[in-house]
Amino acid sequence: MFKPFYYKSKKIILNSLIHIFLISVAITCIYPLLWMVVASLKTQDTIFKDISLIPHQFHLENYLLAWKAGGFGGHFLNSVIYTVAVVFAIVIISSLAAYAFSRLRFKGSKLLFMMFMAAMMIPIPGSFVALYMLLNKLHLRDTPIGYILCMVNVGLSVSIFLFKTFFDKMPQELEDAARIDGCSKFGIWWHVALPLAKPVLAVVVVFNALNVWNEYILALIIFDSRRYMPLQVALQAFQGEFVTNYPLLMAGLTITALPIIVVYLLMQKYIVKGVASQEVFG
Amino acid sequence: MFFRYVLLGIFVLFSALGCSGQKVVSKPSVTIWHWMTDRDAAFQELAKKYETLTGVKVNFELYAPSDAYAQKIRAAAQGTNLPDVFGILGEKRDFAAFIKADHILDLTPYMEVNNAAWKNSFFPKALAVNEFTVGNSYGISSGVYGVPVDILTIQMVYNKKLFSQLGLDPNQPPKTLDEFLQIGPKIQAAGLQGLVSGWGEVWMIDCLANDYAFNIMGKDKVLATIKGEIAYTDPDWIKVFTVFKQMQESGILAKGLVTMINKSAEQLFANEKAVFAFNGSWCVNVYQGMNPSLEYAAMLPPQVSDKYPMSIWGGAGSSFMVNARSKNKDEAVKFLIWLTDQDQQAYLSKATNNLPANKNSLAKIPEVLAQFARGMDYATHPNVWGVSEFSTVIEAFDRGIQSIVIGEKTPGEVAAEVQEIKDRELAKKRVK
Amino acid sequence: MKLKENLENYVFVLPAVTIFFVFYIIPFIWVFQLGLFEWDGISFTKVFVGLQNFKEIFLQDKNWWQSVRNAGYITLIALTLQNILAFMLAWACDRQIRMKNFYRMIFFIPPVLSEVVVGMVWRFIINDIEGANVINRALVQLGFSNLAHNWLSDLKTALTTVAVVHCWKGFGWGFLIFLAGLQTIPRELYEAARIDGANSWQAFKKITVPLMVPVIVLVAILTVLGTMQVFALITSLVGGEFAGHTSVPVLRIFYSMLRSSRFGYACAQGVTFGMMLIIISFIQYRFSKKDQPR
Repeated sequence: MFKPFYYKSKKIILNSLIHIFLISVAITCIYPLLWMVVASLKTQDTIFKDISLIPHQFHLENYLLAWKAGGFGGHFLNSVIYTVAVVFAIVIISSLAAYAFSRLRFKGSKLLFMMFMAAMMIPIPGSFVALYMLLNKLHLRDTPIGYILCMVNVGLSVSIFLFKTFFDKMPQELEDAARIDGCSKFGIWWHVALPLAKPVLAVVVVFNALNVWNEYILALIIFDSRRYMPLQVALQAFQGEFVTNYPLLMAGLTITALPIIVVYLLMQKYIVKGVASQEVFG
Repeated sequence: MFFRYVLLGIFVLFSALGCSGQKVVSKPSVTIWHWMTDRDAAFQELAKKYETLTGVKVNFELYAPSDAYAQKIRAAAQGTNLPDVFGILGEKRDFAAFIKADHILDLTPYMEVNNAAWKNSFFPKALAVNEFTVGNSYGISSGVYGVPVDILTIQMVYNKKLFSQLGLDPNQPPKTLDEFLQIGPKIQAAGLQGLVSGWGEVWMIDCLANDYAFNIMGKDKVLATIKGEIAYTDPDWIKVFTVFKQMQESGILAKGLVTMINKSAEQLFANEKAVFAFNGSWCVNVYQGMNPSLEYAAMLPPQVSDKYPMSIWGGAGSSFMVNARSKNKDEAVKFLIWLTDQDQQAYLSKATNNLPANKNSLAKIPEVLAQFARGMDYATHPNVWGVSEFSTVIEAFDRGIQSIVIGEKTPGEVAAEVQEIKDRELAKKRVK
Repeated sequence: MKLKENLENYVFVLPAVTIFFVFYIIPFIWVFQLGLFEWDGISFTKVFVGLQNFKEIFLQDKNWWQSVRNAGYITLIALTLQNILAFMLAWACDRQIRMKNFYRMIFFIPPVLSEVVVGMVWRFIINDIEGANVINRALVQLGFSNLAHNWLSDLKTALTTVAVVHCWKGFGWGFLIFLAGLQTIPRELYEAARIDGANSWQAFKKITVPLMVPVIVLVAILTVLGTMQVFALITSLVGGEFAGHTSVPVLRIFYSMLRSSRFGYACAQGVTFGMMLIIISFIQYRFSKKDQPR
């Protein structure tokens, strides 16, 4: 008679402990962001005197000020264009290559894949100077295309790795069925592999969007004028000037951090859905 | 199906972006890359003015922070894509390297024209930083290769109000190191911070250390040390290191000084949390923006010995060079002549609270700024010494002082370490 | 027929390989061979010095090895604190509990932020002199005022503080990967174990851990790779190298490039760094394969 009660209360205690654990970690995740946003709504004098999490007055004009002072306008658009272009390109290029490495047999396949993996492990700090010289020789230096191609390369290894791991585990039957139906290899890739790969696709999108959105040094070096600069470059200049004007600084940081958080929130349900579904992994 | 249209759209987008063809420029223009975040607005104003005057468009482009700017310039130099006008944020030997690579226009002919009219409009010390003298150790033929757009000195400032609070005479700043150190305990007792400065950025430490070195042993001995004739383990140098130890022990230094970036130090001084600051004359503009009601004055670093005068760093603040390969060289030079003319210098001085490089621009400058200007008499700068120390030695020197300030090493230890690296470098027989 | 098929296969990998070759291999070779030269990054002439740069790095450059030790320390903390936390969180979320999706969403927000944003915000929160000083205030409130510290400006705690902030930013990745791994373990195994009378701890030891080893190794390798390269976080948190106490390899390389104007030497440092990372990853990989039944 005791036993069920014992197990049930043990389960409840365990579950509550787990929840407390999870909630505390979740709070530490959100807390700094909350601070950032709240600080951006205060003014320089009140920011240290008023340490409550809910400001007395909402100084939304800080955002306008930060936007103007940082010249964020055009740069925001540039960052969006670069991010979208690079993500699209990488998804196509890396899934094509990963599918080939996983499912198609051709000479040198293993060697090429090893090279990509090795590249993942060997960073080249200071590569931006080398890329500068390279783009210069290719006459692609002061162009968006040059920058986009460089950024595509940055995420290539990891994306190929993620896709290949997924394709390896994909059940053959679906592909065989498609092949019997007369699908070409490209067709299988397009109609079968890619749609199934939605969760990995979401991870690849988020990962690369991250990299491109947060990048600044390559852009700063290879572009000749402010016209093509992404948002992070404007943020750097902005932060250098306002690093101790905390409300403005936090407003600027929020402006640059918000879009990528939104992208993540949009994508995460695909990641979660795919990860939760058991059918693919069997 | 829909996806295919999206792909097509992306291709179109790609090609549209890729086809950034050459813009046909009808009238001459001058492109200037700079790093001065606080002066961008003033520069843009002047650019507009110049365009209405002469019809020549001047593009000021700001790239910050200064480290990234320096990288950008070096990369551009490699690709011979430098803009018409730019600055080199580096040491004299970097300057020399740029000249040797034919990136920099020799401005001497322009300077000497009309009985050296342009040359003489500058404070001599401002020009000296941009000049290579006859027989210099860098192997550059003598001449002027850059244009100063302002001058600065790096001194100490103190908060007058806090002085009164501490029971000190606000018009009598400490003149000797002992007087200075004695204030330490008072500051600690009052719960304030003492000296703040951007010592997380090591060059400021280097600056103050050199000031004391000149004061303790005189310019000649310092230069002799750089040349390798005297060791850093010499008792005079140990005295220099000991100054920092004494400062740390007396409590006159602020908490966390070694991790401070200059902007944080400026904030602390402006918020009246710190009694002293070691900063450059650009701080006048910064403090004004942070706290217009701040009452403060400038002072020389309190001296250790009276055998040699106290010296401070001063000279050209920011300088511009002209790209020797530029297609708009002459227009660029013409603009720089206009920019450093007394009216424009007065305007810049007023708008940005920086000292003018043109000695005729005796505009109404704030009293504090005038105090900084008076310090020019004591000013020197590494770029005019004619010799450069090895960068590894400088790094060990600065880091060593940081270690002394945080109580990690003793002056003797640091001196030995620095000399060890110096010996190693000399052995490599690299002559700069 | 065979040829056409082969060619078709190559088309799949062509764009990736082309971009890879042009934008990675070529710069890599350029940087690699530059380590054999002495060059200031400005002049058009370089001086060939052979292996002298490498000799200098290994025999004389104390600052370099200090930076490597610092990065290693941060990585160690990441491998333990960060990954254990991530694993525990993933395990907790793997069970059938409510609000799973909410947690999954929240935990991945820190990695999404740029290092600059993270550094700036945490600097604001922690810094006692010109920041909000939240941690110290909280400690005082809880009665632990003797633990209050200048976390970021005290040489003893600065590096650890940086490491902890880095963990905060990084655990989301490990969490995601661990969760994915945990979810591939078939539920039936757990059911079978329970029927056999095993309790949760035994199930964990005998089922979960062995099956998760490849995932753990993967996360470990990725952690090492990512953490050793940290630098933007340090610049925004503590402003610089703090007399060497918060120095890291990438910062040293930038110093060589800019301050000492020794681009060749910087490339040599970069090559050394890359080699170290590859060796460590290889060792980790080998180590995992040893225990795996083949």
